[in-house]
Amino acid sequence: MRRPTPDTVAAVAPWAAVALVVVLGAVSMAIGVIDLGALDGPEARELILTSRLPRTAALILAGASMAVAGLIMQHLAQNRFVAPTTAGTVDAAAVGLLVATLLFTGAAVITKVAIALVFALAGTALFVLLTQRIQFKDMILVPLLGLVLAGVYRAGAEFFAFRAGLTQALDTWFNADFSGIIEGRYETLWLAGLAAAGAYLFANRFTAAGMGEAFATNIGVNYRLVMSGGLGIAALATAVVVVTVGAIPFLGLIVPNIVTLVLGDNLRRVLPVTALVGASLVLVCDIVGRVLIFPYEISMGLIVGVVGSAVFLAMVMRKGNRYATT
Amino acid sequence: MITLDALTKSYGPATVVDAVSLEIADAGVTSIIGPNGAGKSTLLSLASRILGADAGGVTADGVDVLNAPSRAVATILSILRQEHHTTARITVRELVEFGRFPHSHGRLTPECRAAVAEALAYCDLTDLAERPIHQLSGGQRQRAYVAMVLAQDTHYVLLDEPLNNLDMVHATALMRLLRRLADERGKSIVLVLHDVNYASAYSDRIIAMRDGAVIQDGPPSLVIAEDALEAVYGMRFRVHELDGDRVAAYYR
Ligand SMILES: Nc1ncnc2c1ncn2[C@@H]1O[C@H](COP(=O)(O)OP(=O)(O)OP(=O)(O)O)[C@@H](O)[C@H]1O
Ligand SMILES: [Mg+2]
Repeated sequence: MRRPTPDTVAAVAPWAAVALVVVLGAVSMAIGVIDLGALDGPEARELILTSRLPRTAALILAGASMAVAGLIMQHLAQNRFVAPTTAGTVDAAAVGLLVATLLFTGAAVITKVAIALVFALAGTALFVLLTQRIQFKDMILVPLLGLVLAGVYRAGAEFFAFRAGLTQALDTWFNADFSGIIEGRYETLWLAGLAAAGAYLFANRFTAAGMGEAFATNIGVNYRLVMSGGLGIAALATAVVVVTVGAIPFLGLIVPNIVTLVLGDNLRRVLPVTALVGASLVLVCDIVGRVLIFPYEISMGLIVGVVGSAVFLAMVMRKGNRYATT
Repeated sequence: MITLDALTKSYGPATVVDAVSLEIADAGVTSIIGPNGAGKSTLLSLASRILGADAGGVTADGVDVLNAPSRAVATILSILRQEHHTTARITVRELVEFGRFPHSHGRLTPECRAAVAEALAYCDLTDLAERPIHQLSGGQRQRAYVAMVLAQDTHYVLLDEPLNNLDMVHATALMRLLRRLADERGKSIVLVLHDVNYASAYSDRIIAMRDGAVIQDGPPSLVIAEDALEAVYGMRFRVHELDGDRVAAYYR
Protein backbone atom coordinates (compact mmCIF):
# COMPACT_ATOMS: atom_id res chain seq x y z
CA MET A 1 0.00 0.00 0.00
CA ARG A 2 1.26 3.44 -0.86
CA ARG A 3 1.47 5.97 1.92
CA PRO A 4 -0.84 8.93 1.44
CA THR A 5 1.00 12.17 0.71
CA PRO A 6 0.75 14.98 3.26
CA ASP A 7 -1.34 16.98 0.80
CA THR A 8 -3.92 14.24 0.52
CA VAL A 9 -4.08 13.94 4.27
CA ALA A 10 -4.57 17.68 4.61
CA ALA A 11 -7.31 17.66 1.98
CA VAL A 12 -9.16 14.67 3.39
CA ALA A 13 -8.78 15.38 7.12
CA PRO A 14 -11.51 18.04 7.48
CA TRP A 15 -14.11 15.92 5.70
CA ALA A 16 -13.15 12.80 7.60
CA ALA A 17 -13.48 14.76 10.84
CA VAL A 18 -16.91 16.08 9.81
CA ALA A 19 -18.07 12.56 8.97
CA LEU A 20 -16.78 11.30 12.30
CA VAL A 21 -18.71 13.94 14.24
CA VAL A 22 -21.90 13.23 12.27
CA VAL A 23 -21.70 9.48 12.85
CA LEU A 24 -20.79 9.80 16.53
CA GLY A 25 -23.48 12.45 16.99
CA ALA A 26 -26.07 10.06 15.55
CA VAL A 27 -24.89 7.26 17.83
CA SER A 28 -25.00 9.60 20.80
CA MET A 29 -28.59 10.53 19.94
CA ALA A 30 -29.62 6.88 19.65
CA ILE A 31 -28.24 5.71 22.98
CA GLY A 32 -30.21 6.08 26.16
CA VAL A 33 -32.12 4.28 28.85
CA ILE A 34 -35.37 4.73 26.98
CA ASP A 35 -35.56 2.84 23.70
CA LEU A 36 -36.51 5.40 21.07
CA GLY A 37 -38.04 2.72 18.85
CA ALA A 38 -40.54 1.79 21.53
CA LEU A 39 -41.98 5.32 21.66
CA ASP A 40 -44.56 6.71 19.29
CA GLY A 41 -43.77 9.73 17.12
CA PRO A 42 -44.52 12.76 19.33
CA GLU A 43 -43.05 11.15 22.44
CA ALA A 44 -39.86 10.23 20.61
CA ARG A 45 -39.61 13.75 19.24
CA GLU A 46 -40.12 15.17 22.71
CA LEU A 47 -37.35 12.97 24.12
CA ILE A 48 -34.99 13.90 21.33
CA LEU A 49 -35.63 17.62 21.63
CA THR A 50 -35.47 17.89 25.38
CA SER A 51 -32.74 15.41 26.21
CA ARG A 52 -30.85 13.63 23.45
CA LEU A 53 -30.23 16.60 21.19
CA PRO A 54 -29.18 18.95 24.00
CA ARG A 55 -26.75 16.38 25.32
CA THR A 56 -25.21 15.71 21.94
CA ALA A 57 -24.98 19.40 21.16
CA ALA A 58 -23.41 20.04 24.56
CA LEU A 59 -20.81 17.34 23.95
CA ILE A 60 -19.90 18.72 20.54
CA LEU A 61 -19.73 22.32 21.72
CA ALA A 62 -17.72 21.55 24.84
CA GLY A 63 -15.30 19.22 23.05
CA ALA A 64 -14.75 21.53 20.11
CA SER A 65 -14.27 24.67 22.16
CA MET A 66 -11.89 23.12 24.67
CA ALA A 67 -9.77 21.64 21.88
CA VAL A 68 -9.61 25.04 20.20
CA ALA A 69 -8.78 26.71 23.52
CA GLY A 70 -5.88 24.30 23.92
CA LEU A 71 -4.72 24.87 20.36
CA ILE A 72 -4.66 28.63 20.77
CA MET A 73 -2.91 28.47 24.12
CA GLN A 74 -0.17 26.14 22.98
CA HIS A 75 0.47 28.37 19.99
CA LEU A 76 0.55 31.64 21.82
CA ALA A 77 2.74 30.18 24.55
CA GLN A 78 4.92 28.55 21.87
CA ASN A 79 4.85 25.47 24.02
CA ARG A 80 3.00 22.28 23.18
CA PHE A 81 2.33 21.43 26.80
CA VAL A 82 0.44 24.62 27.60
CA ALA A 83 -3.32 24.12 27.75
CA PRO A 84 -6.21 25.31 29.92
CA THR A 85 -5.45 22.50 32.37
CA THR A 86 -1.70 23.15 32.54
CA ALA A 87 -1.78 26.94 32.69
CA GLY A 88 -4.13 27.32 35.63
CA THR A 89 -7.04 28.48 33.48
CA VAL A 90 -9.38 25.67 34.56
CA ASP A 91 -8.55 25.97 38.23
CA ALA A 92 -8.88 29.73 38.18
CA ALA A 93 -12.28 29.37 36.53
CA ALA A 94 -13.29 26.95 39.28
CA VAL A 95 -12.22 29.47 41.91
CA GLY A 96 -14.39 32.01 40.13
CA LEU A 97 -17.33 29.64 40.11
CA LEU A 98 -16.84 29.01 43.82
CA VAL A 99 -16.80 32.75 44.49
CA ALA A 100 -19.94 33.15 42.42
CA THR A 101 -21.63 30.32 44.29
CA LEU A 102 -20.68 31.65 47.70
CA LEU A 103 -21.21 35.36 47.21
CA PHE A 104 -24.04 35.39 44.71
CA THR A 105 -26.17 32.49 45.81
CA GLY A 106 -28.76 31.68 43.22
CA ALA A 107 -27.10 33.82 40.55
CA ALA A 108 -28.04 33.12 36.94
CA VAL A 109 -25.75 30.79 35.02
CA ILE A 110 -24.59 33.62 32.84
CA THR A 111 -23.52 35.61 35.92
CA LYS A 112 -21.53 32.62 37.09
CA VAL A 113 -19.94 32.34 33.68
CA ALA A 114 -18.99 36.00 33.80
CA ILE A 115 -17.39 35.70 37.22
CA ALA A 116 -15.60 32.47 36.28
CA LEU A 117 -14.37 34.22 33.13
CA VAL A 118 -12.89 37.08 35.12
CA PHE A 119 -11.02 34.63 37.32
CA ALA A 120 -9.93 32.47 34.38
CA LEU A 121 -8.57 35.56 32.64
CA ALA A 122 -6.75 36.77 35.73
CA GLY A 123 -5.35 33.31 36.47
CA THR A 124 -4.09 32.87 32.93
CA ALA A 125 -2.68 36.38 32.81
CA LEU A 126 -0.68 35.68 35.92
CA PHE A 127 0.70 32.55 34.26
CA VAL A 128 1.69 34.53 31.18
CA LEU A 129 3.33 37.24 33.27
CA LEU A 130 5.31 34.69 35.26
CA THR A 131 6.47 32.77 32.18
CA GLN A 132 7.58 36.01 30.57
CA ARG A 133 9.89 36.54 33.51
CA ILE A 134 11.55 33.15 33.06
CA GLN A 135 14.88 33.65 31.34
CA PHE A 136 15.15 30.26 29.70
CA LYS A 137 11.81 29.20 28.32
CA ASP A 138 12.30 25.54 28.94
CA MET A 139 9.85 23.16 27.27
CA ILE A 140 8.99 21.55 30.60
CA LEU A 141 9.56 24.40 33.03
CA VAL A 142 6.80 26.56 31.58
CA PRO A 143 3.92 24.06 31.96
CA LEU A 144 5.40 22.98 35.29
CA LEU A 145 5.03 26.55 36.48
CA GLY A 146 1.46 26.48 35.18
CA LEU A 147 0.73 23.28 37.08
CA VAL A 148 2.14 24.74 40.28
CA LEU A 149 -0.02 27.80 39.79
CA ALA A 150 -3.04 25.60 39.08
CA GLY A 151 -2.29 23.68 42.28
CA VAL A 152 -2.26 26.90 44.26
CA TYR A 153 -5.59 28.05 42.79
CA ARG A 154 -7.08 24.67 43.46
CA ALA A 155 -5.84 24.48 47.03
CA GLY A 156 -7.42 27.85 47.68
CA ALA A 157 -10.66 26.68 46.15
CA GLU A 158 -10.62 23.48 48.19
CA PHE A 159 -10.03 25.37 51.41
CA PHE A 160 -13.05 27.60 50.96
CA ALA A 161 -15.17 24.85 49.44
CA PHE A 162 -14.47 22.71 52.50
CA ARG A 163 -15.51 25.46 54.87
CA ALA A 164 -18.66 26.08 52.90
CA GLY A 165 -19.48 22.41 52.52
CA LEU A 166 -19.08 22.60 48.75
CA THR A 167 -16.35 19.99 48.34
CA GLN A 168 -18.59 17.72 46.33
CA ALA A 169 -19.69 20.48 44.03
CA LEU A 170 -16.05 21.40 43.48
CA ASP A 171 -15.27 17.85 42.44
CA THR A 172 -17.95 17.93 39.79
CA TRP A 173 -16.55 21.16 38.37
CA PHE A 174 -13.30 19.40 37.59
CA ASN A 175 -14.92 16.35 36.11
CA ALA A 176 -17.17 16.84 33.13
CA ASP A 177 -20.49 15.09 33.39
CA PHE A 178 -23.17 15.36 30.75
CA SER A 179 -25.76 13.12 32.36
CA GLY A 180 -27.71 16.06 33.73
CA ILE A 181 -27.87 17.90 30.42
CA ILE A 182 -31.37 18.62 29.23
CA GLU A 183 -32.91 21.47 27.33
CA GLY A 184 -32.34 24.71 29.23
CA ARG A 185 -29.20 23.47 30.96
CA TYR A 186 -26.57 23.65 28.27
CA GLU A 187 -27.28 26.71 26.16
CA THR A 188 -24.40 28.71 27.63
CA LEU A 189 -22.13 26.30 25.79
CA TRP A 190 -23.08 28.05 22.55
CA LEU A 191 -20.99 30.94 23.86
CA ALA A 192 -17.97 28.67 24.00
CA GLY A 193 -18.76 27.38 20.52
CA LEU A 194 -19.09 30.93 19.27
CA ALA A 195 -15.75 31.87 20.81
CA ALA A 196 -14.09 28.93 19.10
CA ALA A 197 -15.70 29.78 15.77
CA GLY A 198 -14.64 33.39 16.18
CA ALA A 199 -11.08 32.22 16.72
CA TYR A 200 -11.07 30.97 13.14
CA LEU A 201 -11.29 34.55 11.90
CA PHE A 202 -8.00 35.31 13.61
CA ALA A 203 -6.32 32.00 12.79
CA ASN A 204 -3.59 33.61 10.70
CA ARG A 205 -2.79 36.10 13.41
CA PHE A 206 -2.52 33.33 16.00
CA THR A 207 -0.13 31.45 13.75
CA ALA A 208 1.94 34.60 13.30
CA ALA A 209 2.01 35.31 17.04
CA GLY A 210 3.07 31.70 17.56
CA MET A 211 6.16 32.46 15.48
CA GLY A 212 7.25 35.01 18.07
CA GLU A 213 6.70 38.66 18.91
CA ALA A 214 9.31 40.04 16.51
CA PHE A 215 8.02 37.90 13.66
CA ALA A 216 4.47 39.10 14.25
CA THR A 217 5.49 42.74 14.63
CA ASN A 218 7.45 42.71 11.38
CA ILE A 219 4.36 41.74 9.41
CA GLY A 220 2.21 44.28 11.20
CA VAL A 221 0.38 41.95 13.57
CA ASN A 222 -0.34 43.58 16.92
CA TYR A 223 1.22 40.96 19.14
CA ARG A 224 -0.25 42.10 22.43
CA LEU A 225 -3.72 42.42 21.01
CA VAL A 226 -3.55 38.94 19.50
CA MET A 227 -2.20 37.52 22.75
CA SER A 228 -4.96 39.10 24.79
CA GLY A 229 -7.63 38.15 22.29
CA GLY A 230 -6.44 34.55 22.05
CA LEU A 231 -6.16 34.08 25.78
CA GLY A 232 -9.54 35.76 26.17
CA ILE A 233 -11.13 33.25 23.80
CA ALA A 234 -9.47 30.34 25.60
CA ALA A 235 -10.52 31.67 29.00
CA LEU A 236 -14.09 32.21 27.84
CA ALA A 237 -14.41 28.69 26.46
CA THR A 238 -12.89 27.27 29.65
CA ALA A 239 -15.10 29.31 31.97
CA VAL A 240 -18.26 28.33 30.11
CA VAL A 241 -17.36 24.64 30.07
CA VAL A 242 -16.36 24.55 33.74
CA VAL A 243 -19.57 26.29 34.80
CA THR A 244 -21.90 24.36 32.54
CA VAL A 245 -20.60 20.78 32.52
CA GLY A 246 -17.26 20.71 34.35
CA ALA A 247 -13.71 20.67 33.07
CA ILE A 248 -12.68 18.05 30.53
CA PRO A 249 -9.26 16.74 31.54
CA PHE A 250 -6.49 16.35 28.92
CA LEU A 251 -8.66 17.35 25.98
CA GLY A 252 -7.07 20.74 25.34
CA LEU A 253 -3.68 19.14 25.64
CA ILE A 254 -3.86 16.02 23.51
CA VAL A 255 -6.21 16.93 20.68
CA PRO A 256 -4.21 19.92 19.38
CA ASN A 257 -1.00 17.93 19.68
CA ILE A 258 -2.31 15.01 17.68
CA VAL A 259 -3.88 17.16 14.99
CA THR A 260 -0.89 19.48 14.53
CA LEU A 261 1.43 16.49 14.45
CA VAL A 262 -0.35 15.31 11.33
CA LEU A 263 -1.38 18.58 9.72
CA GLY A 264 1.31 21.06 10.80
CA ASP A 265 0.89 24.34 12.62
CA ASN A 266 -0.93 26.58 10.18
CA LEU A 267 -3.98 27.39 12.29
CA ARG A 268 -6.11 28.35 9.34
CA ARG A 269 -5.88 24.72 8.33
CA VAL A 270 -5.77 22.90 11.66
CA LEU A 271 -8.26 24.86 13.75
CA PRO A 272 -11.44 23.40 12.22
CA VAL A 273 -10.05 19.88 12.31
CA THR A 274 -8.95 20.34 15.91
CA ALA A 275 -12.45 21.45 16.86
CA LEU A 276 -14.03 18.45 15.13
CA VAL A 277 -11.59 15.95 16.59
CA GLY A 278 -12.16 17.44 20.04
CA ALA A 279 -15.90 17.01 19.58
CA SER A 280 -15.41 13.44 18.37
CA LEU A 281 -13.24 12.47 21.30
CA VAL A 282 -15.76 13.83 23.77
CA LEU A 283 -18.62 12.08 21.99
CA VAL A 284 -16.75 8.76 22.02
CA CYS A 285 -15.89 9.03 25.69
CA ASP A 286 -19.45 9.94 26.60
CA ILE A 287 -20.85 7.06 24.55
CA VAL A 288 -18.43 4.63 26.17
CA GLY A 289 -19.37 5.94 29.59
CA ARG A 290 -23.02 5.36 28.80
CA VAL A 291 -22.75 1.82 27.45
CA LEU A 292 -20.12 0.32 29.77
CA ILE A 293 -22.39 -0.17 32.76
CA PHE A 294 -25.72 0.41 31.03
CA PRO A 295 -28.27 1.47 32.26
CA TYR A 296 -25.99 3.39 34.62
CA GLU A 297 -23.38 5.92 33.52
CA ILE A 298 -19.72 6.59 34.09
CA SER A 299 -19.01 10.31 33.84
CA MET A 300 -17.45 11.47 30.62
CA GLY A 301 -14.66 13.24 32.51
CA LEU A 302 -13.50 9.97 34.02
CA ILE A 303 -13.34 8.20 30.66
CA VAL A 304 -11.52 11.12 29.04
CA GLY A 305 -9.12 11.10 31.96
CA VAL A 306 -8.24 7.46 31.38
CA VAL A 307 -8.06 7.71 27.60
CA GLY A 308 -6.29 11.06 27.76
CA SER A 309 -3.54 9.96 30.11
CA ALA A 310 -2.85 6.91 27.93
CA VAL A 311 -2.72 9.00 24.76
CA PHE A 312 -0.58 11.59 26.47
CA LEU A 313 1.95 9.01 27.60
CA ALA A 314 2.05 7.49 24.13
CA MET A 315 2.58 10.94 22.71
CA VAL A 316 5.50 11.74 24.99
CA MET A 317 7.10 8.31 24.61
CA ARG A 318 6.68 8.12 20.86
CA LYS A 319 9.95 7.17 19.27
CA GLY A 320 11.74 10.08 17.65
CA ASN A 321 9.17 12.48 18.98
CA ARG A 322 9.87 16.17 18.90
CA TYR A 323 9.87 16.60 22.66
CA ALA A 324 13.14 14.73 22.88
CA THR A 325 14.79 17.53 20.92
CA THR A 326 13.63 21.07 20.55
CA MET B 1 14.45 58.15 3.54
CA ILE B 2 14.87 56.55 6.97
CA THR B 3 15.97 58.82 9.75
CA LEU B 4 17.30 57.44 13.01
CA ASP B 5 17.30 60.08 15.67
CA ALA B 6 19.53 59.49 18.69
CA LEU B 7 18.44 55.87 19.11
CA THR B 8 19.55 54.55 22.47
CA LYS B 9 19.31 51.19 24.19
CA SER B 10 20.84 50.09 27.48
CA TYR B 11 20.87 46.83 29.33
CA GLY B 12 21.57 47.63 32.95
CA PRO B 13 24.67 49.82 33.07
CA ALA B 14 25.75 48.85 29.53
CA THR B 15 24.64 51.18 26.75
CA VAL B 16 24.71 48.94 23.69
CA VAL B 17 23.39 51.51 21.23
CA ASP B 18 24.44 54.98 22.19
CA ALA B 19 22.44 57.84 20.68
CA VAL B 20 22.94 56.72 17.09
CA SER B 21 21.63 59.13 14.45
CA LEU B 22 21.70 58.18 10.79
CA GLU B 23 19.98 58.94 7.54
CA ILE B 24 19.49 56.12 5.07
CA ALA B 25 19.00 57.10 1.44
CA ASP B 26 15.89 56.38 -0.60
CA ALA B 27 17.62 53.81 -2.74
CA GLY B 28 20.81 51.84 -2.53
CA VAL B 29 22.64 49.22 -0.52
CA THR B 30 23.96 50.17 2.91
CA SER B 31 26.07 47.67 4.81
CA ILE B 32 26.67 47.71 8.54
CA ILE B 33 29.85 46.04 9.71
CA GLY B 34 31.53 45.73 13.07
CA PRO B 35 32.76 43.20 15.62
CA ASN B 36 30.50 40.90 17.65
CA GLY B 37 28.59 42.81 20.26
CA ALA B 38 29.05 46.16 18.52
CA GLY B 39 25.28 46.76 18.62
CA LYS B 40 24.48 46.12 14.95
CA SER B 41 21.54 43.79 15.60
CA THR B 42 20.27 46.00 18.38
CA LEU B 43 20.37 49.03 16.11
CA LEU B 44 18.48 47.24 13.35
CA SER B 45 15.91 45.92 15.84
CA LEU B 46 15.35 49.39 17.26
CA ALA B 47 15.04 50.90 13.80
CA SER B 48 12.42 48.32 12.85
CA ARG B 49 10.42 48.68 16.12
CA ILE B 50 10.78 44.98 17.05
CA LEU B 51 12.79 46.10 20.08
CA GLY B 52 11.70 48.98 22.26
CA ALA B 53 14.12 51.91 22.36
CA ASP B 54 15.03 53.68 25.59
CA ALA B 55 15.22 56.96 23.73
CA GLY B 56 15.21 58.32 20.22
CA GLY B 57 12.98 58.10 17.20
CA VAL B 58 12.73 56.59 13.75
CA THR B 59 10.91 57.85 10.70
CA ALA B 60 10.59 56.18 7.32
CA ASP B 61 9.21 58.34 4.53
CA GLY B 62 7.88 60.62 7.24
CA VAL B 63 6.05 57.79 9.05
CA ASP B 64 6.80 57.59 12.76
CA VAL B 65 7.96 53.97 12.83
CA LEU B 66 7.87 53.56 16.60
CA ASN B 67 4.36 54.92 17.07
CA ALA B 68 2.45 54.47 13.83
CA PRO B 69 0.12 51.47 13.52
CA SER B 70 2.30 48.43 13.06
CA ARG B 71 0.51 47.37 9.92
CA ALA B 72 1.14 50.67 8.18
CA VAL B 73 4.83 50.36 8.98
CA ALA B 74 4.89 46.76 7.75
CA THR B 75 4.07 47.85 4.22
CA ILE B 76 7.06 50.17 3.95
CA LEU B 77 9.71 48.53 6.08
CA SER B 78 10.64 44.89 6.71
CA ILE B 79 13.23 43.23 8.90
CA LEU B 80 15.03 39.91 8.73
CA ARG B 81 16.40 38.94 12.11
CA GLN B 82 19.74 37.35 12.76
CA GLU B 83 18.19 34.28 14.35
CA HIS B 84 14.93 32.50 13.92
CA HIS B 85 13.51 30.64 16.87
CA THR B 86 10.40 28.74 16.12
CA THR B 87 8.97 25.37 16.85
CA ALA B 88 6.09 25.88 14.45
CA ARG B 89 5.78 23.30 11.72
CA ILE B 90 4.78 25.26 8.66
CA THR B 91 5.90 24.87 5.09
CA VAL B 92 8.28 27.15 3.23
CA ARG B 93 5.39 28.46 1.16
CA GLU B 94 3.29 29.18 4.25
CA LEU B 95 6.22 31.06 5.76
CA VAL B 96 6.79 33.12 2.63
CA GLU B 97 3.05 33.83 2.40
CA PHE B 98 3.26 35.51 5.79
CA GLY B 99 5.32 38.16 4.05
CA ARG B 100 2.13 39.16 2.26
CA PHE B 101 0.16 39.57 5.46
CA PRO B 102 0.54 43.36 5.68
CA HIS B 103 -0.84 43.66 2.15
CA SER B 104 -3.59 41.06 2.13
CA HIS B 105 -4.39 40.48 5.83
CA GLY B 106 -4.36 36.76 5.29
CA ARG B 107 -6.38 36.49 2.09
CA LEU B 108 -3.93 36.10 -0.72
CA THR B 109 -4.64 38.08 -3.86
CA PRO B 110 -3.29 37.01 -7.26
CA GLU B 111 -0.69 39.73 -6.82
CA CYS B 112 0.33 38.11 -3.53
CA ARG B 113 0.71 34.73 -5.14
CA ALA B 114 2.89 36.23 -7.83
CA ALA B 115 5.07 37.93 -5.20
CA VAL B 116 5.39 34.67 -3.27
CA ALA B 117 6.32 32.70 -6.38
CA GLU B 118 8.86 35.34 -7.34
CA ALA B 119 10.42 35.40 -3.88
CA LEU B 120 10.65 31.60 -3.85
CA ALA B 121 12.32 31.63 -7.25
CA TYR B 122 14.75 34.40 -6.20
CA CYS B 123 15.89 32.27 -3.30
CA ASP B 124 16.10 29.04 -5.26
CA LEU B 125 13.34 27.52 -3.16
CA THR B 126 10.76 26.56 -5.74
CA ASP B 127 11.51 22.86 -5.31
CA LEU B 128 11.43 23.12 -1.53
CA ALA B 129 8.24 25.17 -1.31
CA GLU B 130 6.07 22.44 0.21
CA ARG B 131 8.67 21.23 2.71
CA PRO B 132 8.19 22.02 6.43
CA ILE B 133 10.79 24.56 7.54
CA HIS B 134 11.92 22.44 10.48
CA GLN B 135 13.14 19.78 8.07
CA LEU B 136 15.40 22.12 6.10
CA SER B 137 19.14 22.61 6.38
CA GLY B 138 20.35 25.79 8.06
CA GLY B 139 21.07 27.55 4.79
CA GLN B 140 17.81 26.46 3.21
CA ARG B 141 15.89 27.75 6.20
CA GLN B 142 17.80 31.04 6.06
CA ARG B 143 16.80 31.40 2.41
CA ALA B 144 13.18 30.73 3.33
CA TYR B 145 13.19 33.60 5.82
CA VAL B 146 14.92 35.86 3.30
CA ALA B 147 12.24 34.91 0.76
CA MET B 148 9.56 35.88 3.25
CA VAL B 149 11.04 39.35 3.66
CA LEU B 150 11.38 39.70 -0.12
CA ALA B 151 7.73 38.71 -0.55
CA GLN B 152 6.83 41.50 1.86
CA ASP B 153 8.12 43.74 -0.92
CA THR B 154 8.71 46.86 1.16
CA HIS B 155 10.64 49.89 0.01
CA TYR B 156 13.00 49.62 2.98
CA VAL B 157 14.46 46.20 3.69
CA LEU B 158 16.58 45.64 6.79
CA LEU B 159 18.51 42.37 6.86
CA ASP B 160 20.53 41.19 9.84
CA GLU B 161 23.24 38.89 8.56
CA PRO B 162 21.27 37.55 5.61
CA LEU B 163 24.28 35.52 4.47
CA ASN B 164 24.25 33.39 7.63
CA ASN B 165 24.63 29.72 6.78
CA LEU B 166 24.62 30.35 3.03
CA ASP B 167 27.16 28.70 0.74
CA MET B 168 29.07 31.08 -1.51
CA VAL B 169 26.85 30.32 -4.49
CA HIS B 170 23.71 31.36 -2.65
CA ALA B 171 25.49 34.16 -0.82
CA THR B 172 26.68 35.73 -4.06
CA ALA B 173 23.31 35.16 -5.70
CA LEU B 174 21.61 36.95 -2.80
CA MET B 175 24.01 39.89 -2.88
CA ARG B 176 23.48 40.26 -6.63
CA LEU B 177 19.74 40.11 -6.12
CA LEU B 178 19.85 42.81 -3.43
CA ARG B 179 21.96 45.00 -5.69
CA ARG B 180 19.44 44.50 -8.50
CA LEU B 181 16.48 45.30 -6.25
CA ALA B 182 18.19 48.52 -5.27
CA ASP B 183 19.11 49.46 -8.83
CA GLU B 184 16.03 48.34 -10.71
CA ARG B 185 13.26 48.79 -8.18
CA GLY B 186 14.75 51.63 -6.24
CA LYS B 187 14.65 49.81 -2.91
CA SER B 188 16.76 50.87 -0.01
CA ILE B 189 18.48 47.88 1.56
CA VAL B 190 20.32 47.94 4.86
CA LEU B 191 22.17 44.81 5.80
CA VAL B 192 24.53 43.64 8.50
CA LEU B 193 27.51 41.75 7.12
CA HIS B 194 30.53 40.12 8.66
CA ASP B 195 32.18 39.49 5.33
CA VAL B 196 33.67 42.92 4.66
CA ASN B 197 34.44 41.91 1.07
CA TYR B 198 30.80 41.39 0.21
CA ALA B 199 30.17 44.77 1.80
CA SER B 200 32.97 46.22 -0.28
CA ALA B 201 31.79 44.75 -3.58
CA TYR B 202 28.06 45.48 -3.31
CA SER B 203 27.48 48.50 -1.08
CA ASP B 204 27.02 52.13 -1.87
CA ARG B 205 27.78 52.94 1.70
CA ILE B 206 29.36 51.12 4.63
CA ILE B 207 28.64 51.98 8.25
CA ALA B 208 31.04 50.55 10.81
CA MET B 209 29.96 50.22 14.42
CA ARG B 210 31.87 49.54 17.55
CA ASP B 211 30.71 49.67 21.18
CA GLY B 212 27.29 50.97 20.29
CA ALA B 213 28.48 53.86 18.16
CA VAL B 214 29.10 54.53 14.48
CA ILE B 215 32.84 55.00 13.99
CA GLN B 216 33.17 54.88 10.20
CA ASP B 217 30.65 55.88 7.59
CA GLY B 218 31.28 56.24 3.90
CA PRO B 219 31.66 54.57 0.53
CA PRO B 220 33.70 51.34 0.31
CA SER B 221 36.67 53.30 -0.96
CA LEU B 222 36.92 55.03 2.40
CA VAL B 223 35.86 52.33 4.85
CA ILE B 224 37.56 49.35 3.23
CA ALA B 225 40.97 50.74 4.01
CA GLU B 226 43.66 49.30 6.23
CA ASP B 227 43.60 51.95 8.94
CA ALA B 228 39.85 52.34 8.96
CA LEU B 229 39.31 48.59 9.33
CA GLU B 230 41.90 48.37 12.06
CA ALA B 231 40.05 51.07 13.97
CA VAL B 232 36.87 49.00 13.70
CA TYR B 233 38.18 45.54 14.44
CA GLY B 234 41.46 46.13 16.23
CA MET B 235 43.24 43.84 13.81
CA ARG B 236 45.57 44.42 10.87
CA PHE B 237 44.10 44.00 7.38
CA ARG B 238 45.75 44.09 3.98
CA VAL B 239 43.56 45.79 1.39
CA HIS B 240 44.11 45.00 -2.30
CA GLU B 241 42.57 46.28 -5.49
CA LEU B 242 41.21 43.28 -7.34
CA ASP B 243 39.19 43.57 -10.58
CA GLY B 244 38.00 47.01 -9.53
CA ASP B 245 36.96 45.97 -5.99
CA ARG B 246 38.74 46.69 -2.76
CA VAL B 247 39.41 43.34 -1.14
CA ALA B 248 40.54 42.95 2.45
CA ALA B 249 42.78 40.05 3.35
CA TYR B 250 42.76 38.98 6.97
CA TYR B 251 43.36 35.26 6.99
CA ARG B 252 46.91 35.33 8.32
N1 LIG C 1 18.73 41.03 25.93
C1 LIG C 1 19.95 41.48 26.24
N2 LIG C 1 20.32 41.63 27.52
C2 LIG C 1 21.55 42.08 27.83
N3 LIG C 1 22.47 42.42 26.95
C3 LIG C 1 22.17 42.29 25.64
C4 LIG C 1 20.89 41.81 25.22
N4 LIG C 1 20.87 41.79 23.88
C5 LIG C 1 22.08 42.22 23.47
N5 LIG C 1 22.85 42.52 24.53
C6 LIG C 1 24.22 43.05 24.47
O1 LIG C 1 24.23 44.15 23.61
C7 LIG C 1 25.42 44.19 22.87
C8 LIG C 1 25.09 44.36 21.40
O2 LIG C 1 24.44 43.19 20.94
P1 LIG C 1 24.06 43.01 19.42
O3 LIG C 1 23.32 41.75 19.29
O4 LIG C 1 23.44 44.25 18.92
O5 LIG C 1 25.51 42.86 18.76
P2 LIG C 1 25.87 42.62 17.25
O6 LIG C 1 26.69 43.78 16.81
O7 LIG C 1 24.70 42.30 16.45
O8 LIG C 1 26.82 41.35 17.38
P3 LIG C 1 26.96 40.05 16.45
O9 LIG C 1 27.93 40.40 15.40
O10 LIG C 1 27.54 39.04 17.37
O11 LIG C 1 25.62 39.70 15.95
C9 LIG C 1 26.19 42.92 23.19
O12 LIG C 1 27.22 43.24 24.06
C10 LIG C 1 25.17 42.06 23.87
O13 LIG C 1 25.78 41.26 24.84
MG1 LIG D 1 23.99 40.65 15.51
